[in-house]
Formats: sequence, structure tokens, C-alpha cells
Amino acid sequence: MPIPPRILTLLIGTALVLVGLWVGQNVNLLPVDASVNAPLYDELFKVLFSIGTTLFIGIVGMVLYSLTRFRRRSDTAGEVLAVEGNLPLEILWTAIPAVVVLFVGIYSFDIYDRMGGMVPMHDHSMASMQTAQEPEEKTWAGISPASVEGEPPATAVPIEVTAMQFAFIFHYPEADIISGELHVPAGQPVSLRMTANDVIHAFWVPEFRLKQDIIPGQPTLLSFTATRPGRYPIVCAELCGAYHGGMRSTVIVEEPEDFANWVAQNSPVKATPTSSAVIS
Amino acid sequence: MTISPPSDFASTAEQPRWQRYFGFSTDHKVIGLQYLVCGFLFYFIGGALAGALRTELLTPISDFMPREVYNELLTLHGTVMIFLWIVPVVNGAFGNYLIPFYVGARDMAYPRLNAVAFWMIPPAGVLLISSYFLGGASQSGWTAYPPLSLNTAATGQVIWILSVLLLGGSSIFGAINFVGTILKMRRPGLQMMQLPMYCWAMLGTSILVLLSTPVLAGTLVLLSFDIVAHTGFFNPAMGGNAVVYQHLFWFYSHPAVYIMVLPAFGLVSEILPVHARKPLFGYTTMVYSIMAIVFLGLIVWAHHMFTSGTPPWMRLFFTIATSFIAVPTGIKFFNWLATLWGGSISLNSAVMFSCGFIVNFVFGGITGIALAQVPFDIHVHDTYFVVGHFHYIVYGGTVFVIFASIYHWYPKVMGRLLNEPLGQLHFWLTFIGLNLCFAPQHWLGLNGMPRRVAEYDPQFQFINQISSVGALLMAVSTLPFLINVIWSAYRGTVAGDNPWNALTPEWLTSSPPPEENWHGEAPLVHEPYGYGLKSPVSS
Ligand SMILES: [Cu+2]
Ligand SMILES: [Cu+2]
Repeated sequence: MPIPPRILTLLIGTALVLVGLWVGQNVNLLPVDASVNAPLYDELFKVLFSIGTTLFIGIVGMVLYSLTRFRRRSDTAGEVLAVEGNLPLEILWTAIPAVVVLFVGIYSFDIYDRMGGMVPMHDHSMASMQTAQEPEEKTWAGISPASVEGEPPATAVPIEVTAMQFAFIFHYPEADIISGELHVPAGQPVSLRMTANDVIHAFWVPEFRLKQDIIPGQPTLLSFTATRPGRYPIVCAELCGAYHGGMRSTVIVEEPEDFANWVAQNSPVKATPTSSAVIS
Repeated sequence: MTISPPSDFASTAEQPRWQRYFGFSTDHKVIGLQYLVCGFLFYFIGGALAGALRTELLTPISDFMPREVYNELLTLHGTVMIFLWIVPVVNGAFGNYLIPFYVGARDMAYPRLNAVAFWMIPPAGVLLISSYFLGGASQSGWTAYPPLSLNTAATGQVIWILSVLLLGGSSIFGAINFVGTILKMRRPGLQMMQLPMYCWAMLGTSILVLLSTPVLAGTLVLLSFDIVAHTGFFNPAMGGNAVVYQHLFWFYSHPAVYIMVLPAFGLVSEILPVHARKPLFGYTTMVYSIMAIVFLGLIVWAHHMFTSGTPPWMRLFFTIATSFIAVPTGIKFFNWLATLWGGSISLNSAVMFSCGFIVNFVFGGITGIALAQVPFDIHVHDTYFVVGHFHYIVYGGTVFVIFASIYHWYPKVMGRLLNEPLGQLHFWLTFIGLNLCFAPQHWLGLNGMPRRVAEYDPQFQFINQISSVGALLMAVSTLPFLINVIWSAYRGTVAGDNPWNALTPEWLTSSPPPEENWHGEAPLVHEPYGYGLKSPVSS
């Protein structure tokens, strides 16, 4: 019994969506996730990968089918039906990308919001010194996923980052530590205040799914919460000169007590109320 | 009504055939071929540069060339490929050759301006390359972001700016000519909505060129002031703002992507109907899509700045605007699929390259939609993911169309067909090479390899070597092409005037065409895609 074309189209469409979903869920192209917003990113990636796979296989399938099914077999071109257009069809394939794009846009906005992208950025390190009347210092803002499940951002560990040709330098103002590697506690928000000395650099930790340019002239704020203890690369992602490829560092995510030990061992400042605040 | 070229320059017509191609000819066909051959010379230079870069990337350490030289070569590679290969060829070469035929004219509206526009390109190209030998080329990439461009390789940077200004000027002169020709030189009785689609693509592209290129020119002039006169427009150390440069630069350089792909869309729309023997599906929606892309293309530039100093509202606006380009672009792709559907398709090299274009561009388009999403882009911006994405668009897209067009129009220009088996070999080598080279780069970017680096994490070595093998295949693929083009010029099958039985006007004259295009009056083609219709041509 021949299957009616409409049903066949429906079946093929469903099969494509299923293949897309399977590929999106099961093919992992990303490194390990080590920050609060990394799983959010991976969720978005899976959805985009599923949609992309469905569309790509569908369109490439149509090309291949047309080229085999409608291939010219003799030297002379046979008569074909001169179709110049079909309004309902054209409306349909205006609607398909429109709906896909609308869905992707709304969904990625939701993800961005959950990452903290829409949280207004405040320079916490400056806030204590400011009176209400003083204007805030002008800063660029990266995304700010500082507050995890209602945690007040005030508990964020403040770290000052200086980027220069060709190194990152990390300064812990409360414990007065200067380090070439970034130590952060797992599960606690960290607030970076980044400045560039010479040219534009970018702070990127692939395992955090987070990147922010550091532009000379204005400090840039970036917050994140690391989740998985381990050592991950910090990569400069903006062309900054001859040794740009070598401008790398390491972020070491530690259990809070290990981090506290590291602070205690390296700090010239003896245990103070602020550093104990870091431990809690 | 026709306009002949000015008589003082028309005398070049009496020179022997080959000499005209080295002179100040005002014949649009000669100028078109000048653009094409000149473009190919720079394509081979740009390709050799890419080969050097991919050789350096065979190993994770910087060992093939000094790091400064690596940055010089990557800057030259990008600049040569964009400004001296793709933009001049897909606009200047095909535009000049085809547009006068399509509107039924004997030449472009401003033939002398046309020759001037072309002759700005070779000196600009030589100037650019010469900077490498005059103390070192620019090292700041084709984007030339300050402050890096202000304090690195000053001489090279200033020469780079001069060269790009010349090329931008050439592009603007060309665009003025296309707009003038398409709007004012049409044969009497020929309506706008009867023009072949490439005319609409070139009209849209020229509007983009005229609106955005002057912004780039102005920006680069200010940048040169910052370097030479130590002004502080973009220099934060002097109170300037480096982010303003990025806005101005991308206000041109995003539309530049459409300046490179819209003409390709137009050329594919000419090629597919001929070889599928069917009318172009959805002519009217195709025209509106082009205009929608032109409009949207002007308001999406900051998607290149999602990790830069960009506030949240701007990130959202540019995400939405960029995503919506998928709608008119999607329409065009579905219309091409519908053009193929039910046709009688000849699987020749022109069709293979056109379909290769569709496949590659859909892939690059899908990764493009992903990149438009701020949260997605924050991870992969400035990584090899982006390098892979845009090479699918400009190489897998536009360069494939350039090759498709050469297989399609070679018999028009030379009177002989290109060899088919060599063409198929060329296609498969290029297609496999492209995918081998650029698909793995997406994985590299997702996993932590930034772009524009001479050294990288050793865990990425194997994938980089695969990518380099792909690049080698792409280099090898040009051999059958070159052999084919030269061999067929002497030994190729004689094509006759219209080997494809095409209906667009350029095929309704002899091949190669006479000096003033038509032997009598230009034909009035009111159905350029009227395959299977009763009377596509009148008079
Ligand atoms: Cu850097
Ligand atoms: Cu863009």
C-alpha cells in the first residue's frame, strides 16, 4: 500500500527531529563544566545542536534527493513543469525560520538571564567607599552571575586582575596576595575587577564558558562561581601582540578549606576578620 | 538608446586582443576579466599565506616562523582574501561582465570611472604586500583594533590603512557604477522586476557599499591620525575610546560579509535555473529577501562585540536583529531547493559547486545563528569556532560560487567549454578539503583554542594537523582547475553561442560577445527564467 505524500513528509520530519534530538543529547563536544553557568551553557548548546542537526540533515537531504531524483538522464533536457512560485509554500518557509529564530531567541534570553547577564553590575569593591551622592566609577561589565540561589553578592571574593603583554596578575586585596595563578574557592562567588595596562586582552576560562575582554581605559567587572575543584586554563582570547598565543595562566578551583589554607599560607596579613569572612 | 564608450579611449579596441587586458580599457568585459585575473593572482598569494599559517600550526610550539611574522602573515591573509580577492571578484569581475548584458546596455554607465576603479586595485595590492618587505607588515589582524594597532609595527599599519583606503575607494566607485547602470541604463521596455536576480543582488550590495564603506574610510583616517600625529581618538592612554573604533569598524565590516555573499546569492540564482531547466522559484520573494538582508545587515554590527564593552541591552538588541537575518536568508535557500525540485538537473561542475555552496552555507548559517546568541557567543567568541564559521561562509559559500560561475560562464567568455572530469575532480578535492580543514576547527574553539595564535595547548595538535591536511587538499585542488582553464582555452570543446540553452540576455549574443555586446539591438528579455514558458524573449 503506497503511503500518501503528506503522511510520508510528516514521518520524515518526525524522524529528523528525533535524530536531531538524539545527536544533541548524546554527542558531547564541550570540555568539562566547572562553573555555575557552564551547565546552563551546555543546556543551550544541546538545544541549538539539536535544532541545527535537524535543519542541516533536512536541507542536505533535500539537496541530495533532488540531485538524484531529478537528475537529467539523457543529453537533451526533458520538458519539466514551469513552476514560478507558490505563495502558500513561500509563506511556509518564511514561517519556519521565523519560528525557529523566535524560539531560539527567547530560549537563549532565558539562559542569559539565568546566567546573570541581566543583573546590573555594581563595583562592590568601590561601594563601601562611596556616599550616595558620588557617581560610580565608569566600568565595563561582563556578565554577573554573582548571586547563586539568593546568596547576597556581598560575600563574593574580590580579586583584582591586571592584564598586560603577556601575563595575567591576580591581586587579593583583602589578604594582600599577588599571584600569577588564580586561586578560587568552589561554590563561592568571585568578583573580578579587571584592568589592562597596554592593549586589549580577554579573560577566558573554557571550563567556565566565560569570556570577557579587558579594555584599557576602564575597569571591567566579571563575576562567576566555580563549582568543580581542579586546574583549568585561563586563556587570553584577544590578539594582543607577538606572544598572544603564550598568554595563558591557570585557575585553581579548591575546596573552601583548601582555599583558606592557601590564603593563610601566602598572606602577609595575619588572620583578620575579612579573611575569615572569606572562609565562611 | 545606447551610450558608446568615450571615443578617446575606444581606440584601445584596435589593439591586439591580449594587450587590451593590460591597458586602460573602458570595455566592461575587459574590465570584468581584469578584475577576475587580478583577483586570482591575489587569491594564490592569500592561499600561500594560509599555507604558511597552517604549517606553523602543525606543532603546538612556535617553530616555523617568528611570532611577529606569524601575526604579519595572518593580517595579510585576511586583508588580501577579503579586499583583493572576494570583494573585487564577486562584485567587480562578475558585476562588470554581466550587468550591462542584463540591462541590455553596451557598457556600464561610467566606463572611465570603471577603469579607474579597477586600476586602483593592483597598486593597492602591491602596496599592501610591499609593507612586508619595508620593515614588516601590520601585525594587528584585519580588524586593526587599537591600542594594539597604535603601538605595533607603525609603518606596516599606516601602509595597511593606505591600501585599504584605496581598495575602499575602488569599491565605492564600482558601486556608484552598478547603481547608475542598473537604474538608468536599462533597455527601453525592460522593467526592474524583469531583471535577472544578480542585478538585484548587485543593487543591494552597492547600497551596502555606499552606506558603510565611507564609515570605514573615515575610521581608518582617524586611526592613521592616532598613529602618525599622535591624536587620541581611539587611544585610551590619551582619553580616547577603543570601543568606539570597534563600533565604527564593524559598522562596515559586518555589511562586508553581505558585500561578499549577496552577489554570490545572485550568481547562484542565475546558474541553477539554467541547469535545472526551471524558472527561478519565487522571484518576488527573492527580491524582497535581498532588500531585507540589506536593511538588517546594517543594524547587526555589535554581534562582533558581545564580549567587549557592550551593555546588556545592546547585547540583546543585536542578538535579536542578527537572528532575524535567518528569515530572508532561509527564504532564499528554500527557493533554490524549490527551483531544483522537479527539474531536469544536469550534474555538471557548475551545479556541483552551486550545491556545494548550499550545503556549506547552510552549515555556516546554522553556526551563525548559534553565534548570534549572546550566551553562546560568550564562550566561543574569538576562538577557532568563529574561524571555522566564517570560512564556511566566505570560502564554502562565496568561493564555491565563484568557481560555479567560472564553469558556467567560461564558454561565454572563451567560446569553449571547460573539461568536465577535471571540473568534477576540482569540486571533490575542494569540497573534501574545505570540510576537513574547517569542520574540526569548531571543536577546537569549543574546547579552548583561541584564534590568531602561533602556539597552542599540545592537546589540540592532532585536530590541528587534520585541519592542515584539509588546507593542503584545498591547495592541491587548484591544480586541476588551473590546468583546465589553460588547456580548455586552446583544446576545449567549441561551445557555440549558447551551450546551456540559457535565456538570460548574455547568452543571446555570440560567444565571445562582440565589442559592443550585441550584433544589432539588445534583445528584450522579459522572462529571464522562462524555462518551459512560451515566449520568454520578445523583439
Ligand atoms: Cu593578551
Ligand atoms: Cu557580522
